[in-house]
Amino acid sequence: MAASSDRNPPPFPATEEPGAGLSDMADGDSDEGEDIFVSNSHPAAVSRGVSQPDRVREEPPDLFSEEEAGGTPARSNGVHSDDDGDLFAEAHVELSTDKPGSSDRKQLSSSSSGLRPASSFAQSPAAMQPTSLEQLEEDEAKDSFDVDVAVTNPEKVGDGMNAYVAYKVSTRTSLPMFRSKAFTVRRRYSDFLGLYEKLSVKQSLHGFIIPPPPEKSVVGMTKVKVGMDDPSSVEFVERRRAALERYLQRVVCHPLLLQDPDVREFLEREDLPRAVSTQALSGAGFLKMINKASDAVNKMTIKMNESDTWFEDKFQEVENEEQQLRKLHALVDSLVNHRKELCGNTAVFAKSMAMLGNSEDNTALSRALSQLAEVEDKMEQLHQEQAASDFFIFEELLADYIRLLGAMRGCFDQRMRAWQRWQEAQSTLQKKREAEAKLLWANKPDKLQQAKEEITEWEAKVTQYERDFDRIGMTVRKEVLRFEKEKAKDFKSQIVKYLEAMLQSQQRLIKFWEAFLPEAKAIA
Amino acid sequence: MMEEVKEVTPTLSVQGHNIKVAEVLRDGDTLTFLIISQKLSGTGEYHVDRTYDDFEWLQQHLFSQEDVPGIQGVIFPPLPVKPQVNTSAKVMKQLGFLGLGEWQPYCKALETFLRQIAAHSILNKNKAVEIFLTSSDPPGRQRVRKNIFNRLSQAVEEMRKEGHKDVDEFFQTERDHNLVLTGCAKSAAERFLDVVLTEQKIAVACGHFSAALHLCMEPGEDPDKQAFSKACVKLSEVFDSMRKNMTSVAENNVNTLGLGLDLESRYQEAEKEMLFRRTCKLVELESARRNAERAKPVKKAAMEEVKRATETEFDHICGVAKQEIARFQGARVEMLQQALVQWCEKQLLTAKDNADQFNQHLQALRGMA
Repeated sequence: MAASSDRNPPPFPATEEPGAGLSDMADGDSDEGEDIFVSNSHPAAVSRGVSQPDRVREEPPDLFSEEEAGGTPARSNGVHSDDDGDLFAEAHVELSTDKPGSSDRKQLSSSSSGLRPASSFAQSPAAMQPTSLEQLEEDEAKDSFDVDVAVTNPEKVGDGMNAYVAYKVSTRTSLPMFRSKAFTVRRRYSDFLGLYEKLSVKQSLHGFIIPPPPEKSVVGMTKVKVGMDDPSSVEFVERRRAALERYLQRVVCHPLLLQDPDVREFLEREDLPRAVSTQALSGAGFLKMINKASDAVNKMTIKMNESDTWFEDKFQEVENEEQQLRKLHALVDSLVNHRKELCGNTAVFAKSMAMLGNSEDNTALSRALSQLAEVEDKMEQLHQEQAASDFFIFEELLADYIRLLGAMRGCFDQRMRAWQRWQEAQSTLQKKREAEAKLLWANKPDKLQQAKEEITEWEAKVTQYERDFDRIGMTVRKEVLRFEKEKAKDFKSQIVKYLEAMLQSQQRLIKFWEAFLPEAKAIA
Repeated sequence: MMEEVKEVTPTLSVQGHNIKVAEVLRDGDTLTFLIISQKLSGTGEYHVDRTYDDFEWLQQHLFSQEDVPGIQGVIFPPLPVKPQVNTSAKVMKQLGFLGLGEWQPYCKALETFLRQIAAHSILNKNKAVEIFLTSSDPPGRQRVRKNIFNRLSQAVEEMRKEGHKDVDEFFQTERDHNLVLTGCAKSAAERFLDVVLTEQKIAVACGHFSAALHLCMEPGEDPDKQAFSKACVKLSEVFDSMRKNMTSVAENNVNTLGLGLDLESRYQEAEKEMLFRRTCKLVELESARRNAERAKPVKKAAMEEVKRATETEFDHICGVAKQEIARFQGARVEMLQQALVQWCEKQLLTAKDNADQFNQHLQALRGMA
């Protein structure tokens, strides 16, 4: 698997990476199929793209990757022309993140398919090569790999305050329900929100955990509208792109959501009508919405008599877990900030050493000090990458799960509401029966007929609602189990990614020191 | 009170290169340092307890050696500022690297100070050094009279002399160069300190994250829950490793390059002081020459005498200064080289250890169900 980097992204002010960036396998060709459906979303493409020239893809036998995409996509490169040949060149979904036993992951059609892990993040180091022949064979056999999506190439469209960022959404699939095997569309953020809204409305009665999209950010977007070149805009866009990708991956990973025509439309249709009512989801808006809904449920007069403690216990667990994850999130955030601070400090220190080196008379010492300054510059870059790793691998993961847990609470509420609907129907039925009895007694035959019809209608409703309630209960249970399974896998795979990234960083650091040592010794 | 020494012992009775400031004891707000030196003849050690005031006493004695010709041309090994326990941010900033840790870097700096004095051919002849290192009683506390070595006591007008043009190109160059280097070294030391402080913050943050992860374990038989818990525990271990690593990285930084930059910075200042003293003497000399020229016949002889004396002093100072500068240049390059080599070696070792740790964690994680 060669990591070729034929394509060099247009020079980007914040990045100075040697062409390790994108590997474009296709010779300038189109969206059709040459592809490298490989996973990448190098966290370090934060404000400075990271050059990791020796990174080769780690993922195991990716069915789609005949050639490898190495390196980091300079996805952070905001303004980017779209004619780059291979759309899948930069990173995408990960098919499987952990090696042994990862095969389940590929079976999207099976019932155990779960939330797509937030796995397409850190590019793993060269260290990880496909593990074994059996794995390869196993993977080949699982051809039932159904849908892969990738979100790439953020591009600013338009100018001024009406500008927005359009992303390329690329899908590759073997499912017959789609029009073709591989296709691309352009979507903007509000389209993703629109999809979420539609899914929520439709699926809310069923108890599914609908993955939430990333939140709105007025501040972030305003900066981007003004210009996409400064590091914080770049970071913002990359963060959003990665989050949108994870969001879509989770959606298509869910076997039932995938069936939803809105999802298909989102992925396939050239021009999507603009989504309108997307105001709900700014900042903390998503969770506020869930909480408000919860409150409403709590205020309902008929309290559920929970015969099944499983739900009560689970709900409590979910709440506890959410709290813990929030705490963890805050801690990682603090860590990320310190790392960024370290970057700044290191850069300033490097400059002061360069000055000291320049002023130094003794040649060997002067040279060593200048080398030191260069080593420090390289370390600054390492610190950047580490900050990005911490951020993309953990901070975003935790944020995603906090939101997912919120969505899960939403499911529990759905079940409550279904129960209430059933109870209310029963009570209405009861009233109708009483009314009928009264009419019988009062002997009003024509009204009686109507009353009987209403009773039949409500009996049917009661049966229906009872069935709905049972069904939601089962769905929620299944969803929760699926969630937990995926969560365990997801976290584990992220930790593995993180360690791989850290290991690679350390190895580079070791090289820097080894290169510097002779310089230091040479000072006479 | 100063002990009466019966015979003049021009050289030190202990070895200079391995003086150790072995321990520091804290008693309330006072720090006491345990100094160990090896006897020159035979085996045996001197163990003495000294406080900062004792160090100052030593320094003052060295400064006030007016009978030593050209003493003002000596670049005096710099004494670190007074260590204060639980002190203000301003003082901590002044101390810089020396204020970190439990005063270990500070002890190292004092150690260097003593070794430099013991190695200095002019300074190590002073009785005060012998007393300081060997006397079991604390050396005298009487304040030696103020001397011109204390820059702070100099009047503002004297400061203007700093820019006074030199008559000797060698010295003018040295002064100019020193000015630049003093600024650069101080700046580099301060910036490096910022790096170290941030590294310490990162270590703490990793520790917090590690601890919080430990609390995320979920009870229960459920295999997925167990898997999640195991993952959290693993991650907690990883971050604990990271904490340890960061702590080591910061320590390495302090103990090698940090101390090196700190010493370089203070030493450059010491050279600056010496050059300034010489410049002041130059100004004095020029003034004496003018006075001698303009003197009325009555005063002429006296003025000539003053002029000659000043000339002699100045020549002595220049002679000593030239030697000192040469020595200084050699010593500082050697010192910095050692600092850089040690820094690199230690960091390399730490990085390798860390890589091993990560590798182990990774293997363990992959092996986990």
